[in-house]
Amino acid sequence: MSELKHVSSSPHIRSKITTSNIMLLVIFALMPATLFGVWNFGISALMNIVVCVGVSVGAEFIYEKLMHKKVTVNDYSAALTGLLLALNLPPNATWWMSAIGSLFAIIVVKQLFGGLGQNFMNPALAARCFLLIAFTGRMTDFTYDGVSTATPLALLKNGESVNILDMVIGKTAGTIGETSAVLLLAGAAVLIVLGVIDLRIPASYIISFVVFIVIFGGHGFDLNYIVAHLSGGGLMLGAFFMATDYVTSPITSKGQIVYGILLGILTGIFRLFGGSAEGVSYAIIFCNLLVPLIERVTMPKPFGPEEKEVQA
Amino acid sequence: MGLGTFKGGIHPNDGKNLSKDKPIKEILPKGELVYPLSQHIGAPAVPIVEKGQRVLEGQKIAEAQGFVSAPIYATVSGTVKAIEPRRGVVGNKIMSIVVENDGLYETVQYPDHGPYEKLSKDEIRQIIQEAGIVGMGGAGFPTHVKLSPKEPEKIDFVIANCAECEPYLTSDYRRMLEEPEKLVEGLKIILRLFDNAKGILAVEDNKRDCIEILEKLTQNEERITVKALKTKYPQGAERQLIYASTGRKINSKMLPADAGCVVNNVDTIVAVYHAVVEGKPLMNRIVTVTGNAIKNPRNFIVRVGTNYAELIEEAGGFKKEPAKIVSGGPMMGFAIFELDLPVTKTSSALLCMTKDEVAQYEPTNCINCGKCVDVCPGRIVPSRVADYAEHHDTEKFQKANGMECCECGCCSFICPAKRPLTQSIKSMRKMVLASRKK
Repeated sequence: MSELKHVSSSPHIRSKITTSNIMLLVIFALMPATLFGVWNFGISALMNIVVCVGVSVGAEFIYEKLMHKKVTVNDYSAALTGLLLALNLPPNATWWMSAIGSLFAIIVVKQLFGGLGQNFMNPALAARCFLLIAFTGRMTDFTYDGVSTATPLALLKNGESVNILDMVIGKTAGTIGETSAVLLLAGAAVLIVLGVIDLRIPASYIISFVVFIVIFGGHGFDLNYIVAHLSGGGLMLGAFFMATDYVTSPITSKGQIVYGILLGILTGIFRLFGGSAEGVSYAIIFCNLLVPLIERVTMPKPFGPEEKEVQA
Repeated sequence: MGLGTFKGGIHPNDGKNLSKDKPIKEILPKGELVYPLSQHIGAPAVPIVEKGQRVLEGQKIAEAQGFVSAPIYATVSGTVKAIEPRRGVVGNKIMSIVVENDGLYETVQYPDHGPYEKLSKDEIRQIIQEAGIVGMGGAGFPTHVKLSPKEPEKIDFVIANCAECEPYLTSDYRRMLEEPEKLVEGLKIILRLFDNAKGILAVEDNKRDCIEILEKLTQNEERITVKALKTKYPQGAERQLIYASTGRKINSKMLPADAGCVVNNVDTIVAVYHAVVEGKPLMNRIVTVTGNAIKNPRNFIVRVGTNYAELIEEAGGFKKEPAKIVSGGPMMGFAIFELDLPVTKTSSALLCMTKDEVAQYEPTNCINCGKCVDVCPGRIVPSRVADYAEHHDTEKFQKANGMECCECGCCSFICPAKRPLTQSIKSMRKMVLASRKK
């Protein structure tokens, strides 16, 4: 008993939640939608997923080695970024597009700003938007069952009819991971139950979006139209897995609701009045930029009596 | 009536099963007893004995210095061996009186104050002050100061803090189970000081048995109610406790009395009972000796001044090599280098852990998850406040309400990146408080 014991400042216990097991849980929750994407779109989808995850993790590893920083690939955040990017790409995107996108996400958006926790934009979405601008043709070429076709949202925008059931299940054209609303919801439910994400952002996002399209969609309260909009495009993937990204969403609870509402409105504007049928990615990266501002005006009041009560 | 609660807080593994069914056992000290002159908030006590002098159990050996201070009593009979600096719980050396126990336990004649109903308010306060009673929950604030607010008639509630929300601690639980009458009588004595106050026994609802016992004991007491609180940490933190039991809110700049409340811990109230009814000064307290490294976790009634190593011995020693020893609970206690330390008026537990959970994890980048914001009972943004603290930005730290932190430790506990948030904020708070005093 002569040697001295460890000391440290209190508290002396820690919860079992760590950054890496949060990231792993999110990857796990995305698996149903990912596997469905591979089944739905075939081998090219699988190839894109492998390339994105591989290049993302590799890029992070090499960059950190070269910069003599601590290698952080074992926190799984790079793997998650790669997976999310892949799920946001059309199934027939070429491998070099996936690779460029992953490099852009990890090196430019994440590492150049200081690595995990420092990026001000969601890396996967920023890379997707980068690819959309750089390779517009390829990024908007959706092939389904060997036929080049329009996504359900594009059909909807042109006033054509869509099959709601197929859209909910996911048997439609779209990006690799966005089509199956029901499987994305199943994954999200797991994350909500485990407390990894909370409902503030997705709920305020979806509610404000529904309100927006009911008012401005020209269809009034048409349930078919609403469900088609909700399960079409990247809304479910965006609302539950991208908008809830910790790093690029507000830290305050009120701020998260404000952020969700802004996302709903912007997505509505982009989808109804924008040039493209889709709007989730742009809405999210635009709102990412507003996060510091949102946080500033939604800082919580510390526990204590209200101002009035103090004076009384 | 619904459970009292507050927003925020955490649910750590409470570890109370290790010792909750072990009755309180008295242990007698063997070797020398060490009495640090500063076991309370306020001015250190001044020794009134000399080296070589014989003292009796219950004899005052150090006198309070001023109002915010407390006297210290010998807890055994024996000889004053030295008055010298000895190591304290936080690692610094504190001037202490060392008494060699002669094993005879000869006591002084304790005064008989008569039935407390006949004592005046000032007499009761005087007895409590003279008995050296301080907040035994951990802070060590002299109790007589708490009980002497400027306007005693404006106190509406006297709250007995029976929450015991710290994991592993079972001393208050055992006290409520074994000697609930003393707690209720002690509370009645304190209520005599405040004519308009109601007494609240605030207990977390994981201690259903205590709630039942206390409800039965107080069913004919018009002025006392039992309030069940939701079990979560830090339910027993003063500000959270006041809110959960009365709905009133105070901030860091206010005293409980500003909201018409006085809060005292279980052991403190029992000490008041001992002082007023039995005429005995504060000489002992209950210490939970527990943790996975301890062979027989137990609750002991211990004389102040007893060496920690003797407590471990009484608990059967270690069954595994402890990685970390904490004086107090795991959330707010102090990790100690070595066991050669005395039990003081504020030592609530000795927790011996086989794993150093803090050293196990390496802090990584903040991922902005907001979990610290969700759990913070002070409703600040710990991750940001800790950033300001780490950058020594005093101005932003205070603007972001860093001073509202109660140092409960919830943010450090929950943080997935394992950042030492509480530690950073705590250090900065100390610096700010020190600079304000200048």
